[in-house]
Amino acid sequence: MISTKVRIMHDSGLNARPAALFVQVSSKYDSRIWVEVGTKKVNAKSIMGIMSLNVATDDEITIIAQGEDAQEAIDSLTELVDSNFSHIPNCK
Amino acid sequence: MIALPSIPIDNIVEELGLEVIYCHDSRPLVVTTSDINRPGLQFAGFFDYFASERIQVLGKVEMTYLETLDPDFRLQQLDKFFQYDFPCLIISRDMEIPPYILELSKKYNRCLFRSSQSTSSLTQRLINYLGSALAPKITRHGVLVDVYGAGVFLMGESGIGKSETALELVKRGHRLVADDAVEIKKVTDNRLIGESPELIRHFMEIRGIGIIDIKSMYGVGSVINNKPLDIVIYLEFWDDSKEYDRLGLTEEHIEILGVKLPKIVIPVRPGRNLAIIVEVAARNWRLKRMGYNAAVELDNRLNALIQQNRGE
Repeated sequence: MISTKVRIMHDSGLNARPAALFVQVSSKYDSRIWVEVGTKKVNAKSIMGIMSLNVATDDEITIIAQGEDAQEAIDSLTELVDSNFSHIPNCK
Repeated sequence: MIALPSIPIDNIVEELGLEVIYCHDSRPLVVTTSDINRPGLQFAGFFDYFASERIQVLGKVEMTYLETLDPDFRLQQLDKFFQYDFPCLIISRDMEIPPYILELSKKYNRCLFRSSQSTSSLTQRLINYLGSALAPKITRHGVLVDVYGAGVFLMGESGIGKSETALELVKRGHRLVADDAVEIKKVTDNRLIGESPELIRHFMEIRGIGIIDIKSMYGVGSVINNKPLDIVIYLEFWDDSKEYDRLGLTEEHIEILGVKLPKIVIPVRPGRNLAIIVEVAARNWRLKRMGYNAAVELDNRLNALIQQNRGE
C-alpha cells in the first residue's frame, strides 16, 4: 500500500466537476484507491464519497492505493491535482 | 498521532440546551469518557480517585453543601478542585451561580455551563449524548438500505451495481439510508448504526444518468436517516472457480468496528435480479432471527426420512 499527500488548489475545492474528473481517472486503474481527509477515508472511485469529504481550496488530501498499478494510479492522480484539474493524464 | 476525542462546544450546548456562563475560547471540549462526576467528595476534601477527566455536574446537594462550609475552607477546596483539568462544569436546576465559582472558572479557564433541568435528567441526557457523540466511527464504501426493517449493508467493488440494486429496492418500497459512503457508528458493544454523511444524504449516483435525489424523486417514504446494520451482503463478480453457498447451513461473518455481522456473498451475473435476491436475504434473516432456518428444517426432514427408511 502506498500513499501520497496533495494539496487541492482549485478555486472551488473538490466540488462536482473536479470530483468527477478525479473519479474518472482513479476508475481507470484496477488498484483499490482511497482518499483520506482527517478521520474520513472514502473510495476514490466513488463520486458521492469524494463529494462527501467536503474538500475546500487549500485543503490537503491523502491518496492511498493498493494493487498492481498503484504507483501509476497515484502518479496520474497527483498529475491531475497538480495541473489544477486542467489536464487529464494519459492513462492506459 | 491520535487526536483525543473532542466535542465542539456549540454541539453540546445546543443538544442539551445549556446556557454558557463562562467559556474563554471556542476550542472543542476534550472529553474521553461518557461518564460524569458529581464532585461532592472533592468539595469535602477527598481527592483520591477524583475522576477529573469527566464532565462535572453540580446539583442541589453539592450547592447546598458548599453554602454550609466556612468561606476560607470552601475557597481552599474549590481552588484545589479547579486546578484539575476537567472538561467543563455544569450547574443544574437553573441555580444561581455563586460568585466564587465564576471567579475560579475565570482564574483557571474552565468552561462553566448552566442547565434548567433537574440533576438526574441532565446526567441521564448527558450520558446518552456523550455515548453517541464519542462512539467509534468509520466511513465504509457501500450502500445501506432498510429492507423489511432489516438494515442491509451492500458491499462490493465499484461498478458492481450496488446503487442500481438499491434503486430497484427503493422502487419496490424499501428505504435508502446512504449511498456510496456510509458513516458507521458503534453505539453499544454489539450494535452499529449507519447513516449518510450530511452533505450527500439521500443523493445517489447512477452511472450514465448522474446524480439523482431519491427523496424528491420517490418521496419521503423512500428514505430514512439512520438505521442499525443487521446483515452485510457482499456483491462480487461471478467466479466459476469459486464455490458459492448452496445450502445456507453455515453462516459467514464480517467484523466492522469489532462487531460481528452475518455476511452473505452473492455472485453477480447479467440477468440476475439482485433486488429480489436482497429482499429474499432480508426475509430469510428475519425468519432465522425468529427461530426458523429453512436449511436446517429441510435437513431435519431429510434425516428423519433416512432414519425411517433404515428402520423398515
